[in-house]
Amino acid sequence: MTTLSDALGRARREGRAALVGYLPAGFPDLAGSIRVIEAMVEGGCDVIEVGWPYSDPTMDGPVIQRAADRALAAGTTPADVIEVVRATAATGAAALVMSYWNPIDRYGVDRFAADFAAAGGAGVITPDLIPEEAGDWLKASDAADLDRIFLVAPSSTDERIGITVRACRGFVYAASLMGVTGTRAEVGAAAAGLVARTRAATELPVCVGLGVSTGEQAAQVAGYADGVIVGSAFCARVLDAGGVDSALPRVRELAAELAAGVRAGA
Amino acid sequence: MTTSHDPGRGPVPDAAGHFGGYGGRYSPEALMAALDEVAAAYDKARADPAYQAELAALLADYAGRPSPLSEARKLSAHAGGARVLLKREDLNHTGSHKINNVLGQALLTKRMGKTRVIAETGAGQHGVATATACALLGLDCVIYMGEEDTRRQALNVARMRILGAEVVPVTLGSRTLKDAINEAFRDWVANVEHTHYLFGTAAGPHPFPFLVRDLHRVVGEEARRQVLERAGRLPDAVAACVGGGSNAIGLFHAFVEDPSVRLYGFEAGGDGVATGRHAAAITGGSPGVFHGARTYLLQDRYGQTLDSHSISAGLDYPAVGPEHAWLADTGRAVYRAVTDAEAMEGFRLLSREEGIIPAIESAHAVAGALTVGRELGPDAIVLVNISGRGDKDMETAADYFGLVDRT
Repeated sequence: MTTLSDALGRARREGRAALVGYLPAGFPDLAGSIRVIEAMVEGGCDVIEVGWPYSDPTMDGPVIQRAADRALAAGTTPADVIEVVRATAATGAAALVMSYWNPIDRYGVDRFAADFAAAGGAGVITPDLIPEEAGDWLKASDAADLDRIFLVAPSSTDERIGITVRACRGFVYAASLMGVTGTRAEVGAAAAGLVARTRAATELPVCVGLGVSTGEQAAQVAGYADGVIVGSAFCARVLDAGGVDSALPRVRELAAELAAGVRAGA
Repeated sequence: MTTSHDPGRGPVPDAAGHFGGYGGRYSPEALMAALDEVAAAYDKARADPAYQAELAALLADYAGRPSPLSEARKLSAHAGGARVLLKREDLNHTGSHKINNVLGQALLTKRMGKTRVIAETGAGQHGVATATACALLGLDCVIYMGEEDTRRQALNVARMRILGAEVVPVTLGSRTLKDAINEAFRDWVANVEHTHYLFGTAAGPHPFPFLVRDLHRVVGEEARRQVLERAGRLPDAVAACVGGGSNAIGLFHAFVEDPSVRLYGFEAGGDGVATGRHAAAITGGSPGVFHGARTYLLQDRYGQTLDSHSISAGLDYPAVGPEHAWLADTGRAVYRAVTDAEAMEGFRLLSREEGIIPAIESAHAVAGALTVGRELGPDAIVLVNISGRGDKDMETAADYFGLVDRT
């Protein structure tokens, strides 16, 4: 399996930022999500966040909500999420899960950590879990040797950034703006400042998400971050394509554009 | 936030908002600064005589507090002869207990220097109360309401609009209260600099369960004093309906440390808990994390939220405030489900016997309290919170009972 440290280290050695792509497991269906992720990796994603579809995604904008709803309507189960992680790890990309906390809580924190690690998963991003509430998860992720990624935001105080980065392993997820996921015409001006404040608190890599959808934006963010995270733009390609077969070339093309971006920006 | 509060007045969350193993903050980091700001601002306001005086004046001269305590003499016969006392939150301005919380938080919004308020609403009671306070205090107001609910409660949509609020129908998910809350959180994170999320029930991330309880504490404190004056002793039982649970926690709080007083929360049993079509999070749900707190909720075996069902839009919510989860687990309060049919019988009885048309939400408490009265016997005193009035529900009631002649 590829660890986050492998994937981010390789990008660093190549003098560029890593490209991190997001797709919900089971979107548009189980087999389709695996094929789309393979295309994302072929196009140049170094790391894949496998989204765990959830009924109440309060941090997500309409595109990812629609994608998650499709996945849930297709009957996606936790076992399917693990299956997509296994398939993702087999591509050679580092496989992460991004999940709201309740599905993992319900699965059982220790059991999830063990099953996820056994499937080749490298780490987990938890957008509605702060370190102060994460006692069980800190223990379980230590026991299973998993990376764990918490988020910092433009509104985070330096004190909170300190608390958050001390709990992170693998990288720190910097939300580029105050808002939900979704493509934006411009990446928030607050992002560079947040990355600088985060770097002052930790040696860990800092990856930036929210709002990035084009090669140009990827290049811009790659100028100050260790990784560029793209989610809604991939989901939109699949939603717009109308079928997995027609989506694959569009997804590959977007990944390639973004991969060129992270190489141009460093 | 310190957790200072009047000594001897019941439990308090810890500094991070935990009620035993429940509550806390399961929210995005982006909201932490805002949640801390609300907590700190309220902590300061709470200790500030100027804030307390301003709020007390609004509650008295604008909302009409104290609300009366009514003796339900004829209802007593349906409660095994137990004495039934009604706390009349339905007589507050805007027609429910919601005004207590809204006035407190709207004043807080101004103290924080924010100019825009957002809120969610299910039945429309909280939305109307919020729009009212914003009109009074000159705040911009946006209300998120599930599209399904805007249809069920069209008149309340009109009330909010005439009060100057923008009503945004939410077309995502199940298009009800939980989706309105999701959308309000999304708005808040993007506009938090100048916007306060005026959360309507004692649920959500810390400090809301504490803050909303504290602003509704007046219900129980008044009622406790009124019952002591009227009956010369404490009630044997207090009863309230529980959706998110704000009216119930406001009533319970004053009695938590009175061991002789039994606390009863009545959840929406819909078609019956066994049918799966209900909104009884404690009676028919399980612990998990939802809308920013660890609490009981309706979820499937994979942790996906289940749709709730109730004839009452205000109780049609798949979770419950974390303090209720804790009171249930500790056994200090008892939670039971009341079906739609039982609640509508309570609605009919209170209307016919006492001339009080309750909100269908409150009718759950009436129905439950009658059973409690029969269990406790004729010497018992049962205090029931009539949390709202039923004007908004007349279309539902007319359909249910066939009250309108159709030609």
